[in-house]
Amino acid sequence: MAPSAASRGTPLVALRGVGKTFPNGTLALKGLDLEVRQGEFLSLLGPSGCGKSTALRIIAGLSAPTEGKVEWGATDTQRTKTGRVGFVFQEPTLMPWTTVFNNVRLPLKLAGVAADTARERVSAALERVGLHNFSRVYPRELSGGMRMRVSIARALVTEPALLLMDEPFAALDEITRFKLNDDLLTMWHALGTTVVFVTHSVFESVYLSSRIAVMAAQPGRVFTELPIDAPYPRNADFRTSADYAALCRRTSDALARAMAAGGEP
Amino acid sequence: MSAQASARERRERALRVALPIIVFALVIAMWAAAVGFWHIQPYVLPAPGVVLRTLVTDWPVLGQSLLVTLTTTIEGFVLAGLGGFGLAVLFNWSRYVEYSFYPYAVILQVTPVIAIAPLLLVYLAQPTAVLVCAWIVAFFPVLANTTLGLRSVDRNLVDLFALYGASPARVMWDLKLPAALPYVLGGLRIAGGLALVGAVAAEIAAGSGGAGSGLAFRIMEAQYRLNIPRMFAALLLLSVAGLVIFYLLALVNYLALRRWHESALDGER
Repeated sequence: MAPSAASRGTPLVALRGVGKTFPNGTLALKGLDLEVRQGEFLSLLGPSGCGKSTALRIIAGLSAPTEGKVEWGATDTQRTKTGRVGFVFQEPTLMPWTTVFNNVRLPLKLAGVAADTARERVSAALERVGLHNFSRVYPRELSGGMRMRVSIARALVTEPALLLMDEPFAALDEITRFKLNDDLLTMWHALGTTVVFVTHSVFESVYLSSRIAVMAAQPGRVFTELPIDAPYPRNADFRTSADYAALCRRTSDALARAMAAGGEP
Repeated sequence: MSAQASARERRERALRVALPIIVFALVIAMWAAAVGFWHIQPYVLPAPGVVLRTLVTDWPVLGQSLLVTLTTTIEGFVLAGLGGFGLAVLFNWSRYVEYSFYPYAVILQVTPVIAIAPLLLVYLAQPTAVLVCAWIVAFFPVLANTTLGLRSVDRNLVDLFALYGASPARVMWDLKLPAALPYVLGGLRIAGGLALVGAVAAEIAAGSGGAGSGLAFRIMEAQYRLNIPRMFAALLLLSVAGLVIFYLLALVNYLALRRWHESALDGER
């Protein structure tokens, strides 16, 4: 089940006044304030070029802010220790030279987890994404949606406190995307993981999130935050409800204002 | 539809084998016919049959020479593979090592080996000089390809390894080396043929003064004696040796990559 209301409010990680200027002089982020609360499903929504992927990479520790700081909650000071953060890229980013099993096992291998323990956890992770029969298959033998499932299984195999996803379903067809949206919500509930999800789709962000941070470009910053109060579990009924339509309209308006406030898209 | 496609594919494959054989047979037949028709003397152009007969009668000499040249080639190839690969890994490890030594690797590559060989023969015993020549010619493609391969790693995978705190050794072993494998094998395929070229070039540079007895030496020797059939026979052996090396390495390449790399996949998708 979803985490309790008490833990929901605590920030797991916070970006305080974060700015990022790339070595070539491009200003990607400036004065970005964002709190990620324990157990929530937070979407970063914005036009391309607003720095949402950069913000995600900064949370992951893959990129260092040039201004401001990243603060982790007291329980997560060990975040650089393996397994505290899972990351799903835009592409499945699998190692083509080895099997699905070995791809999912990678984080455990790098953490030095013993082979038998790893085997059980990899099996469980593959079971979770519905690919337990495909452990010996090579990535190229899978469809795009299945490859993304493997990528998600790999990110979840360490049972991370925080799952970061960078437009993971952008390249998939709508049918596959809807299915993966539903499966992702199920896993989120089951594992109690906190999720930060980058997207440029209003509809996807409203369907998935408990909260949306709308970002504006030039420089990249959080323009406004919208709570999405519709109850979970959400399903096809929610997708066609008037509630959903109204939330999408409100989010769309916020995005339009963010784009007007930002520079050229 | 698919049966038709597979039938077409089978025919395509059969033609790929048959056509070069037909061309070969035609050329041999025309050659034999021309020699017979114009009564060309064997010391000008021997008939194919004469070449074949020479190959059999001279086998004790030629077989021995083939063994010498092949041994040099294989030794040169192995050392070039190890050297080129090792240097590439070293260069990847430290930018400064690369800056320091890469230009010299290029100089070794662009200077024609046939021009370096006489100098090497002054300083080194002939078998060693020949081996060094084979190495010089063959190591560069391995070095260049491996260097390229080690740099062609998916950057997201590099990030992923960083996220899980992988050590540089782990990144090299579990990420860069597998990613570079197709490139390394491509380099080795070129190196195999070049090692033979290097060995032959050095043997020729050593010339009649050489104490060696490789196939190139036999060709030079036969030329001085106007033993044209033996020249052809030795040349034939060199070609066959080159072909065998090429296809053996192609086979290794296929076996290593067939499960995952685009270059080795079958037509079926």
